[in-house]
Amino acid sequence: MSEEKKEFWRWKEYNWHDESKDWKGADIITAGADVGSVSSQAVIMVDGELYAYSNMRTGSDSPDSARNAMDWALEDTGLSLDDIHYVVGTGYGRVNVPFANRAITEIACHARGGNYMYGPSVRTILDMGGQDCKAIRCDQRGKVTNFLMNDKCAAGTGRGMEVFADLLSVSIEEVGDMSLEVDEEPPPVSSTCVVFAKSEASSLLRSGWSKKMVLAAYCSAMAHRIMTLLERIDVEKDFAITGGIAKNVGVVTRLEKELGLSSLKSKYDTQIAGALGGALFAKALIEKQRKGS
Amino acid sequence: MKANYGYMDGSGEFFISIDTDLCIECDHHGCVDACPVGLFEIITDDYDDEVAAVKGDHRKKVKYDCGPCKPVTNRPPLPCMVACTPGAISHSW
Repeated sequence: MSEEKKEFWRWKEYNWHDESKDWKGADIITAGADVGSVSSQAVIMVDGELYAYSNMRTGSDSPDSARNAMDWALEDTGLSLDDIHYVVGTGYGRVNVPFANRAITEIACHARGGNYMYGPSVRTILDMGGQDCKAIRCDQRGKVTNFLMNDKCAAGTGRGMEVFADLLSVSIEEVGDMSLEVDEEPPPVSSTCVVFAKSEASSLLRSGWSKKMVLAAYCSAMAHRIMTLLERIDVEKDFAITGGIAKNVGVVTRLEKELGLSSLKSKYDTQIAGALGGALFAKALIEKQRKGS
Repeated sequence: MKANYGYMDGSGEFFISIDTDLCIECDHHGCVDACPVGLFEIITDDYDDEVAAVKGDHRKKVKYDCGPCKPVTNRPPLPCMVACTPGAISHSW
């Protein structure tokens, strides 16, 4: 008897471009390529406005991941890489973006992108990424003033959530909502290590806990772990969240409750913040280059 | 920005912090020559500013590299901090 193997961790990959905009008369076209440990994004900006982006899973090869993300963002736009004046590479694989004019850290790019997405009032940005979590303090221009990263573990990151989605056979996109469907908040599972948390979850399931309760316990553990990071950096309003976990309402709701602060909401996709910041840096750099020549 | 270079282990936290907002105001970067083990270098940061940074190969051993300047008793002022006229450099230990 065979059973179809479903990949519950697999989130939807997508691309988008603004069909109402015409890039042909543009003065500056820039791009940012964010090659993260789990996902890669490419963002194209036309005269400082968002024009196109893509979001896909990072493969085993960083240059290929960057190329694939950029090719997908360019798809159906009529643009080619040669039309882009400046590209900034960012993220875990930023030094391996073959077509980048410069590499800039994802910390600086998330701050700049967050400033664009949420406005100049944002002072604390929490980037909840695939394999790390960063608390970033910034000024009104989106310049980093301080930051902290989580300890070396996938617990409290997107990859940890993917492991739980697979363990419980729940689609990663439904984890957040499902975790909020509990009558009473269960105690959090171990937040020290994903492997420990996974084995703890397995024994909880065997002891009769429902999937919803286990998910609630993990989302709660994740929120608690992130909270310790935020406490160390001293959160200042306004507060915003970027990265894939920002889409997980279960973690965000619990974190906001623990923090006693609501996070800003944006019309932009939270996963493109790094690449968006890269494209904004690229615009500033090409403008500086032109002024200098 | 406070750029922290160093590490944390069972014996404590060992970080050299450089306030880059203060560092960019400095035109001579005296810290580079003042450090007897050549811990510092000047880099161009993400914002295109020239700032001091701890060299990559020293970041995981600052506790030991800075040891000679930090005797247990009668500790003199640290050369890097004396040379840093804007007061951008600080040590966590």
